[in-house]
Amino acid sequence: MKQKDIAALLDEPACAHNRKEKSGCAKPKPGATAGGCTFDGAQIAMLPIGDVAHIVHGSIACAGNSWDNRGTRSSGPTLYKIGMTTDLTEQDIIMGRGEKRLFHSIKQAIDSYQPAAVFVYNTCVPALTGDDMVAVCKDAQARWGTPVVPIDAAGFYGAKNLGSRIAGEAMVRYVCGTREPDPLPEGIEREGFKIHDICLIGEYNIAGELWRVLPLFDELGLRVLCTLSGDGRFREVQTMHRAEVNMMVCSRALVNVARKLQDAYGTPWFEGSFYGVRDVSQALRDFARILDDPDLTARVETVIAREEARANAALAPWRQRLQGRKVLLYTGGVKSWSVISALQDLGMTVVASGTRKSTEDDKARIRELMGEDAVMIEEGNPRTLIDMVNTQGVDILIAGGRNMYTALKARIPFLDINQEREFGYSGYAGMEELAKQLCLTIESPVWEAVRRPAPWARAVIAQPAADAASVTVANEAESIAVEASHA
Amino acid sequence: MPEIVKRKKALSVSPLKASSTVGAALAFLGFNRAMPMLHGAQGCTAFGKILFVRHFREPIPLQSTAIDQISAVMGSESMVVEGLKTLCEKHAPDLIGVPTTGLVETQGADIQMAVRVFRQTYPQFDAIPVVAVSTPDFTGSMESGYAEATRAIIDTLVPTAAEAGTQPGRRRRQVNVLAGSHLTPGDLEHLKDLIELFGLRPVVLPDLSDSLDGHLPESDYSPLSIGGALVSDLTTLGDALATLVIGDSMQAPADALQARTGVPDHRFAHLMGLDAVDALILTLSELAAAPVPAKIERQRAQLQDAMLDCHFMLGMSRFAIAADPDLLVGLTQMLAGVGAETVVAVSPINAPSLTNAVCDQVKIGDLEDLELGARARLAEVLITNSHGVHTGQRLGIPLLRAGFPQYDLLGGFQRTWIGYQGTRATLFDLANILLTQEKGEIHPYRSPLKQWPDNERHGNLQHAA
Repeated sequence: MKQKDIAALLDEPACAHNRKEKSGCAKPKPGATAGGCTFDGAQIAMLPIGDVAHIVHGSIACAGNSWDNRGTRSSGPTLYKIGMTTDLTEQDIIMGRGEKRLFHSIKQAIDSYQPAAVFVYNTCVPALTGDDMVAVCKDAQARWGTPVVPIDAAGFYGAKNLGSRIAGEAMVRYVCGTREPDPLPEGIEREGFKIHDICLIGEYNIAGELWRVLPLFDELGLRVLCTLSGDGRFREVQTMHRAEVNMMVCSRALVNVARKLQDAYGTPWFEGSFYGVRDVSQALRDFARILDDPDLTARVETVIAREEARANAALAPWRQRLQGRKVLLYTGGVKSWSVISALQDLGMTVVASGTRKSTEDDKARIRELMGEDAVMIEEGNPRTLIDMVNTQGVDILIAGGRNMYTALKARIPFLDINQEREFGYSGYAGMEELAKQLCLTIESPVWEAVRRPAPWARAVIAQPAADAASVTVANEAESIAVEASHA
Repeated sequence: MPEIVKRKKALSVSPLKASSTVGAALAFLGFNRAMPMLHGAQGCTAFGKILFVRHFREPIPLQSTAIDQISAVMGSESMVVEGLKTLCEKHAPDLIGVPTTGLVETQGADIQMAVRVFRQTYPQFDAIPVVAVSTPDFTGSMESGYAEATRAIIDTLVPTAAEAGTQPGRRRRQVNVLAGSHLTPGDLEHLKDLIELFGLRPVVLPDLSDSLDGHLPESDYSPLSIGGALVSDLTTLGDALATLVIGDSMQAPADALQARTGVPDHRFAHLMGLDAVDALILTLSELAAAPVPAKIERQRAQLQDAMLDCHFMLGMSRFAIAADPDLLVGLTQMLAGVGAETVVAVSPINAPSLTNAVCDQVKIGDLEDLELGARARLAEVLITNSHGVHTGQRLGIPLLRAGFPQYDLLGGFQRTWIGYQGTRATLFDLANILLTQEKGEIHPYRSPLKQWPDNERHGNLQHAA
């Protein structure tokens, strides 16, 4: 990919990170980086499309070390769960056989698995040797008759967010608008019940979360033409251009998709979240507001009234148990505010929130929720977080999964809020799951057991040891790795 | 001797291979206060880190030289120098490992040169050992990368006998152990116990049983590895009585250590199954010039008893195994020892040791090859890493998780496979898995002539028998 194309993607007008400086994403610093690369971002953004063969063109590490590691779920096809890579060898690289191997790999994937389409993700080694993967994809598509989409997102192009954008760009350029939506099934539409087509962008169906909110859309008469990309199908992505409104779900990684669809087809879009009772209701109201259909607006208010009453009843016993418990939230990005409202719904106190990938808008929302003196952690490192937990009497740390064992080593209750998690917290019903998981860990007897010294030990442990190692880490700037947004 | 069938297809489907780069990183993580810094793009590290975190369920120190667009094209030496400086300043580790990735090897990076430039530029960090090793992911796999890093550590940090004046046998109780990548923290713990029972003092390298065994340390946070072999012990290796080498993949590091120190070594392909463990125990007894402790005798007798109990289920049962070569060879030999058959064997890479596998054929390939083979040859149980879950589901047969990664099984990372005890546990587990298959159980037969009671007569019957 050319430098100017990358620069253009970084210069995303719809991204709030892009207002103050030239580009939205900071450069990684050698020896002190955390987070994935461009390829990672591209792959996670599109992998949930279930009926596509996702081929990683490169040597083994890119696919071999990452395949099959996400909690995104499918209601049907499982092809996306099968890792595919050209697994380039030394001889391939020396002899320049990468393109040939890729071409045959695409054929093999098509022959063996009959995918709806093939997505080819470029990686560092072939990007460096100069394999023309775009041309190979074009040839393969012409030769085998199955759509083959190149996603040129080698790791060294930059950070994860850029990769998601590159992948989104590829969808808009090669896939959206190549098919018209199916006709509506007979007998659904009727007087006073018009079906509207919508898309959810940046919803990844982690642990099946999408299925918590989808029944509400059916009830309201909102047909989800496509989710990009949770539980998605290739033929759905093809019809995204026909949506009447797009919702950016809880993530800015694919904001360029919403923006480009608006530029090309005039589709309005808004940003929202399905975490927390207040936010779900807000999202539904936003749909009604933009679609401007009085019948729909009435239905939305009915559904909200019913669901909120139901959720409040279900949450009452949990609220009692969680009332006043203190949370340290370290997620960043959109989740830095969307989860706060969910936790406050449960009666918990959020003592501080991480804002590593958050924009000024995000921070304004945090202040709105937590008050003007809200504590924001700009660049959290493990040491600061642990100290904050201890000094503030925090009951639970909520952050991304890869910090889990760091927290457990410090004997801190922890809840995983990112992509690898096992539970879905979205929608009205998701709040109950969230409450249950919070209680499960906060109230567990193991914490007392690990903090109590052995009966024969006189010295009290669990005081942070002031050995040489922990002194040197005091200035540790390695940020706790944050999977802030969904990308 | 099995036929080795090389890779013929273009696409690797459901890859079995973990990269040699992460293998090298793992070897460095077997040293105390160490920090591996992968020389590549930041994703190389992020993926490796997540893989380790999910397998070991531990925080994993792993850094990156963070190659970007500019350094990928213009040269990456300065990224190594800056990364090393940053690590030295921030953490003052006891060891920094710098494994290379496919990206920088393709670029043609001279990693040793980069380390020399770092040394010249920042002499104030001369006391911090830096070991660079070339481990592009387009060559080898986890096992070979791990061995390669161990060799590099020996070449860089173990002084020759002439330099340091070491003398084999001066430390009469010290036994060096070169531990291959197929050994888990639990394996190493058990191996150390066995050695200590003979009154010998094991020095294990790399020692994952001290760093990644999953213990709750008193200190609440460390940016570096929290245990492992001591870098300072490397200077004592030349005084040891002997070196034990576990794993055929460790030949090169073993050769390097012997060449530098002259310490005699004893090499074992693996330590699974009665015969393999017998060989180890005999060697230890000779080295210590002591009888085998009664405790070990007892463990041996227990394994023998278990072999008897299990042979009813395991005999003639059909296994499909996919693993790195040392583990694959060990498992096939152990299974053969109880009359079980390995009907499909898949290794991600070729290795000389594969000719010792007990089976007809070893396929160099992926989990798709395992799946196709298992279906064609009617395998009953799979043995491979956690990626085999879906394979097993599609085949409708159970899976015993072995190798790397095991991200959906608590404690999988520390399971003890070796020794009499480890072998016994494996045999029990495999036998139990086969029992759940209800092999050979006679299913109820409904005779139309039988005088059925009314409530069982019409199709809504649960179990008539």
